[in-house]
Amino acid sequence: MKVVLKDVNLVNPDQKLNEKDVSILIEDGKYKKIGKLTEADIKDAKIFELKGKFVVPGLFDMHVHLREPGREDEETVITGCNAAANGGFTGIACMPNTEPAIDSAEVVTLIKKQSAKHLVEVYPIGAATVDRKGELLSPMAELKDAGVVGFSDDGVAIKTAAILKRALEYARMFNLPIIEHCEDESLAGGAMNESINSTLLGLPPIPAVAEDLIVMRDILMAEYADAKVHIAHISSKKSVQMVRDAKKKGIKVTAEVTPHHFTLTDDAVKTYDPNVKMNPPLRTRADVEEIIAGLKDGTIDCIASDHAPHSLEEKEMEFEYAPNGIIGLETQVGLAFTELYHKKVLTFEQMIEKLSINPRKILNINIPQIKEGELVNITILDPDVIWTVDKTKFKSKSVNTPFDKRLLTGKSVALINKNQIFIDGKFELI
Amino acid sequence: MSLSNRHLLGMRDVPKEDIQLILDTATTFREVLERPIKKVPTLQGKSIVNLFYESSTRTRISFELAEKRLSADSINFAVSGSSVSKGETLKDTVKNIEAMKVDMIVVRHAAAGVPLMLTKISDANVINAGDGIHEHPTQALLDMYSIREKLGKLEGLKVCIVGDVAHSRVALSNIYGLKTMGAKVSVCGPSTMIPKYLDELGVNVIHNIDEAIQENDVLNVLRIQLERKAREYFPSIREYSQYFGIDRERLEKNGKDILILHPGPINRGVELSSEIADGSSQIILQQVTNGVAVRMAVLYLLGTLN
Repeated sequence: MKVVLKDVNLVNPDQKLNEKDVSILIEDGKYKKIGKLTEADIKDAKIFELKGKFVVPGLFDMHVHLREPGREDEETVITGCNAAANGGFTGIACMPNTEPAIDSAEVVTLIKKQSAKHLVEVYPIGAATVDRKGELLSPMAELKDAGVVGFSDDGVAIKTAAILKRALEYARMFNLPIIEHCEDESLAGGAMNESINSTLLGLPPIPAVAEDLIVMRDILMAEYADAKVHIAHISSKKSVQMVRDAKKKGIKVTAEVTPHHFTLTDDAVKTYDPNVKMNPPLRTRADVEEIIAGLKDGTIDCIASDHAPHSLEEKEMEFEYAPNGIIGLETQVGLAFTELYHKKVLTFEQMIEKLSINPRKILNINIPQIKEGELVNITILDPDVIWTVDKTKFKSKSVNTPFDKRLLTGKSVALINKNQIFIDGKFELI
Repeated sequence: MSLSNRHLLGMRDVPKEDIQLILDTATTFREVLERPIKKVPTLQGKSIVNLFYESSTRTRISFELAEKRLSADSINFAVSGSSVSKGETLKDTVKNIEAMKVDMIVVRHAAAGVPLMLTKISDANVINAGDGIHEHPTQALLDMYSIREKLGKLEGLKVCIVGDVAHSRVALSNIYGLKTMGAKVSVCGPSTMIPKYLDELGVNVIHNIDEAIQENDVLNVLRIQLERKAREYFPSIREYSQYFGIDRERLEKNGKDILILHPGPINRGVELSSEIADGSSQIILQQVTNGVAVRMAVLYLLGTLN
């Protein structure tokens, strides 16, 4: 089948591509022609009028929690992929804290199989240690062969420096990163960030230093082992500063930030709404400012949602008892464009680097090229459309978001990948 | 005169006029409690649920008595542990209670913010009887009542809150209430038991109990919650009582007769010596009596708002 995308803007920083007002002819899922199309080109083609919209390499979210296997009542591989598509992502990496954990080739294969036919590509992250317990290394080589693109004990940091050292050294053989949830176990367990707000609200505090300690440890270990460490959901000012300094020294450290950590502060907790309870917790204005600076100067490589579905009954609990985490796949693009692009923190190219190019680089995944003959893997963005978040329209199986009813600017209009198009909420073969 | 809010969730946003009104109304009820027949028909026909998710003896009895003295119909609903342990969410429980058409809910819960949650689920007036380490407003009101009764005023007084401030709901409510009433508030305790950013509330932090005695008119001594995790925050009970405990010797050394409050139950020999706990200068048992009067005032004022 032939598809024409008319009058779009092409942006791919990886190819140094930035062209306005061109049309694309797609045939059998590949770029047939890019440029001015003739009558013959568009004959019998399905034509999409997309004037002013941006075609970019398919967006990628490298931190997603699918709840399959284990908690399919909260999210399955398929509903997670649907949510990703609805949010503008053609690829996601899913974290290993499932039940059982992704610490065997069987679980990797299961997830791969569930997502095989979906437009959205799913790249599992393997557990770094067996059952994420921090005691024995997971079968990393086997996991790598099954298809994992990184290793993590996410939910917790790798328990001891000794195990981390071995994990880094072993993963180095495959050039894969160790992705770390940075939190000192002995300082963990509170319900919100430690600040004047935790005192005013009477909630058990988690000091930012709990994150900083492990970021520091991990940077030192990455330097020692000459291996790659990726800091997941960075949230504190000092951690951003440490990553900045480490990068200057050439240490192989990268970092991601979630939309909620650059959008909200712990002032939001005043409602005691469990939908603002996450780990790491929302921090202070000073932390947000440093994160913004880190995004701007490249200290923070990418934006990732930490999409964490939880059932309604769990999130309707008392704040202190409710589980951590919010869903984010379907609000991420809107929040990122509203808070970073429209507030002139990042240029359009930088947005695409952080939402598409850099996460793939960190995980050694090929970056889709917008070029004749290549397979089409794109997101079509409208950075200026104003829309209101409506959780009842989400494709995710869960609705735990603090952003419902929020007005955002910028949204994904359509996706094309694996011979399929996703537009107006529906998938179609092309 | 009536209160500006239909709930009492904490002392943080309660204006001076409201505190004044509650304390003045409590004075009236205090007189009722001295009569041979200690009951008034004020809340006849009102139903009040005492929803206690955390064990409590004195606060629950105090509320229950206050409700009975006001002729309200009161129901005790005690749940041990969290709502989760029963498989029913807090929301379900409250919706069920709501369906029974109650007018007021008095709630005690180990998790902060639950009283606020309740106001979003239920139409009843909600009174916070202690939520987590957040607030315990009626305790602060009765402490202020007791201070005012003894010293005649609150404005300009110097009050120091002593002990485990970080894990106390009494401390925060007292700080808000006393500051609103124009008292000068400080805290004294081991630095591990003082929240890191407390000074941002305009509260002076000291760590020397002798200094606290010398500098203040009132000490409000908190209970060290040995049954909870308090023991992890100081080296030994012996060291705590030596450096932060109050006994007659310490008061004499500082040559000072000072008003000492304690929300109870007292760890005798830890934060207060028995001699001080039973001594004449303190008003600890009067606090208990005043507690009933203050809670009657709060119930009455909220229960008679339209």
